[in-house]
Amino acid sequence: MTTEYTKPVPIPGGLHGTTLGDFTKPFWEATKRHELVIQRCRQHDGFFFYPRELCPVCLSDDLEWAPVSGRGRVHAFTIVYQPNDPRFNEEAPYVYAVIQLDEGARMISNVIDIEPHDVQVDMPVVAVYEDITPEWTLVKFKPA
Amino acid sequence: MTMRGAAAIVGFSEIPTRRTYEGRTALGLMAEASRDAMADAGIRKEEIDGLVVEGGSFYPAPIGEYMGLNPNFVTGVSTMGASGATATSVAAMAIYSGLATTVLVTLSEARTAGSPWGSPASPGLRTEFEDPYGPAVAANTGYGLMYSRHMHEYGTTQEQLANIAVNQRFNSLENENAVFRGQPLEIDDVLNSRYINYPIRLLESVMPCAGGGAIILTSAERAKSLKNKPVYILGAGIACDPLSGWQRERLTRSVVTRSAPIALGMAGYGPSDIQFAQFYDCYTILHAVCLEDAGLVPKGEIGPFFASTDTTYKGEFPINTDGGQLSCGQPGDAGGFRHVMEATRQIMGRAGVRQVERNDLCLVNG
Repeated sequence: MTTEYTKPVPIPGGLHGTTLGDFTKPFWEATKRHELVIQRCRQHDGFFFYPRELCPVCLSDDLEWAPVSGRGRVHAFTIVYQPNDPRFNEEAPYVYAVIQLDEGARMISNVIDIEPHDVQVDMPVVAVYEDITPEWTLVKFKPA
Repeated sequence: MTMRGAAAIVGFSEIPTRRTYEGRTALGLMAEASRDAMADAGIRKEEIDGLVVEGGSFYPAPIGEYMGLNPNFVTGVSTMGASGATATSVAAMAIYSGLATTVLVTLSEARTAGSPWGSPASPGLRTEFEDPYGPAVAANTGYGLMYSRHMHEYGTTQEQLANIAVNQRFNSLENENAVFRGQPLEIDDVLNSRYINYPIRLLESVMPCAGGGAIILTSAERAKSLKNKPVYILGAGIACDPLSGWQRERLTRSVVTRSAPIALGMAGYGPSDIQFAQFYDCYTILHAVCLEDAGLVPKGEIGPFFASTDTTYKGEFPINTDGGQLSCGQPGDAGGFRHVMEATRQIMGRAGVRQVERNDLCLVNG
């Protein structure tokens, strides 16, 4: 969509930089298709996020990447006026939120298409996709 | 068997918190505080056989080497802002276990002008799944999330929590070690200060500073023959939870739900026995949540508590009697150490104008 994207793109490094660079590829390949795919543990039949090599609930390695609905709720949010990274200064204030997916997992994202101070905890949201560079697509959320 | 009462703090020294200490090093500040803490305790350097430091940024060996110590038991603790209180607990454990008889705990931050608190540079969870969404500066993001969730679950208001900053500022007015000494604060000042990240405003956040301190602990037996009133460690509890706040099951619960019962149980006291408290306060919201989770205030009622309770050193339940980090400034991971030092000062009866009357039993959260 743009070659002028100046904000940080995802830098994969695995959990705390200790695992394989390709590990999270299924997630990012899905966002490029405008789909949300996260890990599901077959052992306890539950979704989790962020990606891990073992399930954080039961430590099983019987995992799969599985599609989710992209629907969820704002579990908590903060409106950023002073970003950590100055490349976001122009965009501030914006909403940085914890999204609780209907399938149970939580992820960090932005809530867009709404005045920041109109956002409320527990409001329903739905995933939207931003093709920020030819390589990367971010998943964001808007009011459902 | 527990370590209840086995060890006591017998001396301390605080490096006044300032925005920076230009030309000074972290090791130099630690050596200065340690020298003065030893003098305060009446302990000779040769008697120090244990050393506990902040281990996220420093190894113990170079710190011992810098000040010519030859300790037996050494370790670094790396619990970020909680390192001061953790180090104190570990020192008491070392004495109780027989690994050392007299332990020096020292932490410092020698901040340079203009330096923010950085974020980890190596790629990982944060660079992949958080940074593209623009987290707020410093550690603000997670506490902003906690704040909005607490407001939602319990009806807590920003006006209620502004009292934390105001009361602590009153406590710091005559504290020479505090960055904001002599600068009174009103509720409206807090509510009119700019947002860093809603709901957190500037005056509900700590200021990055330089400073540090040192304390000396020794056995209860040895403490009796020293000049200062011993400050006995009756109980301690340490707990840890996910670094990423959004990975916690309840965003409005802190690890104090687990650490406080361990500490109180060891001491044999309940929350209602506590006479005054020194509690971690990087942001008003975390301070509020920790007070709830220790059982000092019922869960969810911290807003009304601060709206109706005088928590200054003159009040019915004094909290952060030196002004805390919010009014003294936060010297990095040495910041939470101030709560140990101020509890020591109060229990020894050396807090001067801000001395609390009931000073026997303090709960410290680092």
